[in-house]
Amino acid sequence: MSVLERDPGDRVQVLDEDGTVVGELPDIDDETIVQMYHDMVLARHFDKRAVSLQRQGRMGTYPPLSGQEAAQIGSAHALGDDDWLFPSYREHGASLVRGIPLEQTLLYWMGHEAGNKVPDDVNVFPVAVPIATQTLHATGAAWAASLKGDTDTAVLCYFGDGATSEGDFHEALNFAGVFDTPNVFFCNNNQWAISVPRERQTASETIAQKATAYGFEGVQVDGMDPLAVYKVTRKALEKATAAEPPDSGRRPTLIEAVQYRFGAHTTADDPSVYRDSDEVERWQAKDPIPRLESFCRDRGLLDDEAIEAIESDVADRVAEAIESAESVPRPLPEALFESVYETMPDRHHDQLAEIEAIREEHGDEVFFE
Amino acid sequence: MSTHETTGQTQSLTLVQAVRDGLYTEMSVDEDVIVMGEDVGKNGGVFRATEGLWEEFGDDRVIDTPLAESGIVGTAVGMAAYGLKPVPEIQFSGFMYPAFDQIVSHVARLRNRSRGRFTCPMVIRAPYGGGIRAPEHHSESKETFYAHEAGLKVVMPSTPYDTKGLLISAIRDPDPVIFLEPKLIYRAFRGDVPEDEYTVPIGEAATRREGSDVSVFTYGAMTRPTMEAVEELAEEGIDAEVIDLRTVSPLDRESIVESFKKTGRAVVVNEAPKTGSLAGEITAIIQEEALLYQEAPVNRVSGFDVPYPLYALEDYYLPNAARITKAITETVEF
Repeated sequence: MSVLERDPGDRVQVLDEDGTVVGELPDIDDETIVQMYHDMVLARHFDKRAVSLQRQGRMGTYPPLSGQEAAQIGSAHALGDDDWLFPSYREHGASLVRGIPLEQTLLYWMGHEAGNKVPDDVNVFPVAVPIATQTLHATGAAWAASLKGDTDTAVLCYFGDGATSEGDFHEALNFAGVFDTPNVFFCNNNQWAISVPRERQTASETIAQKATAYGFEGVQVDGMDPLAVYKVTRKALEKATAAEPPDSGRRPTLIEAVQYRFGAHTTADDPSVYRDSDEVERWQAKDPIPRLESFCRDRGLLDDEAIEAIESDVADRVAEAIESAESVPRPLPEALFESVYETMPDRHHDQLAEIEAIREEHGDEVFFE
Repeated sequence: MSTHETTGQTQSLTLVQAVRDGLYTEMSVDEDVIVMGEDVGKNGGVFRATEGLWEEFGDDRVIDTPLAESGIVGTAVGMAAYGLKPVPEIQFSGFMYPAFDQIVSHVARLRNRSRGRFTCPMVIRAPYGGGIRAPEHHSESKETFYAHEAGLKVVMPSTPYDTKGLLISAIRDPDPVIFLEPKLIYRAFRGDVPEDEYTVPIGEAATRREGSDVSVFTYGAMTRPTMEAVEELAEEGIDAEVIDLRTVSPLDRESIVESFKKTGRAVVVNEAPKTGSLAGEITAIIQEEALLYQEAPVNRVSGFDVPYPLYALEDYYLPNAARITKAITETVEF
């Protein structure tokens, strides 16, 4: 029986909180497991530095990911070369795995339009700040892959527990169910939509069970268990790309990855107003990084030396990315008008001239006083 | 019914505190008033505009909703028609679009469609505008969308005093009001605000500075750079009048025309993208009602016709004192 064919409330787990194997391991090589560990440590370190940059006034508002590394890294590693990814705004770790450079992510949160430009060979959509809107885009892209006969392509889409309250989420899943699109809808249920707890988003016992109403499978997974996340996502992607019966053809799946946001919703948020530190501590016991570290040590995949090497590599990479992002000069006024249309209309030339006239007369600094 | 005691006292509040005080005051005098939205309860709103209201009035009157703007506004339509006075908050005006169908197709039109049998007295509050280094979709100024829609009133205050008075007027108004709050100046300064209930009428502009050379029409957060520019120009001998519109639908045509007839010259300052913005509507009012008084073309200092940029570029986007000064000088010297 596929791991997807179970009760939506029967949470999939491979590692327990101590990193002991309690479920069937996914089909995954050791190298990938170590790479996943590396990427989780990298995402955690990046996150810590990004929060600190914001605190120092070197970056704008930033949404931290700490606690959610397993869900992001585990699922992104399950993707194949031809698959597409539609993120929300917190998946800096998954984006990194798929080829968005760290400095690009930093630039975006530093307020540079250049940070929104995804590299040409990377099929990751730009960050979606409005809630749940990307779920429909993901359905559309998957639908197109199906219509164009691209049988190796599946589409993974991230969104939060709060997003499941938006109409777009329901429309996206409904279309996917009706048109058999090769989608994996991946809900990062981190328990809190800013200050509103998961129980207040839906009276459903699980988010996974919502898939039933749209006619496809929903599965709940321990989102702080990277191997369980990998296993479930891999299976869902295989189903999405299964070309012919008897595999019943291409079908969507809803994955609910149960996890916790250790930090604030964004650096502008103060979670101590709405949740207890006891609760945070309970979830910190499920921290995905020590869990995978413990598993890797037991299997002889990592030792002190290897871990130190990873930590040092990660620190260097993040430091380099910060230096590189901070060395990008402030964009010039013409960037305001770039890429609004394919061809810049006359009124944009006039409006740019208005800015340039002021700069010429008074200097650039009058805009920044 | 009222449990609210008058004090006769005045407090020194920021604009966002005046929002909170307006809600508190009106909730105290009218038990049909309810606040609903994302994070408005225990969290007190992401800008603290509803701080302490949940503790004071409880879960049934200060409601944390699921994350669904269409759900918030759509259920508020039913609540308003049934007899409550909902004050839904949309966390940022850039997130109003899921509710746009409800606002345009139902909030604005329920009275008209039912020939007055059902009405929709609600106030949809949302912070708007740029300048706070916010993330994408958090800085837009799209009041034109709502001013374009018959059946809605659109209020955009610029002082703590007006904010409380206009908010109470809006809640008491028999028609729906879109109440757009200039978050750039949420905490920029304090002003005297009476503790008691009072109203500031919707649809009436305020003269912020009297002058005889040129009329400058503005509203919301743009009143500040406008006043800065005008005070500097006064030292150079240009005597500008500043009209703070306060309500952008309905516009106070009388005040606009009266001021223009006195000066014969006009500059409009707003941060919405220029094309189709209310600056054009104000220009048209002047053309229609005061053409023979006109001494110079009307000059518009607006945002540019681009998606609101990420913050590294927003200082070029937002009208500033230098641009306003240049426009006023050109208009006066024409």
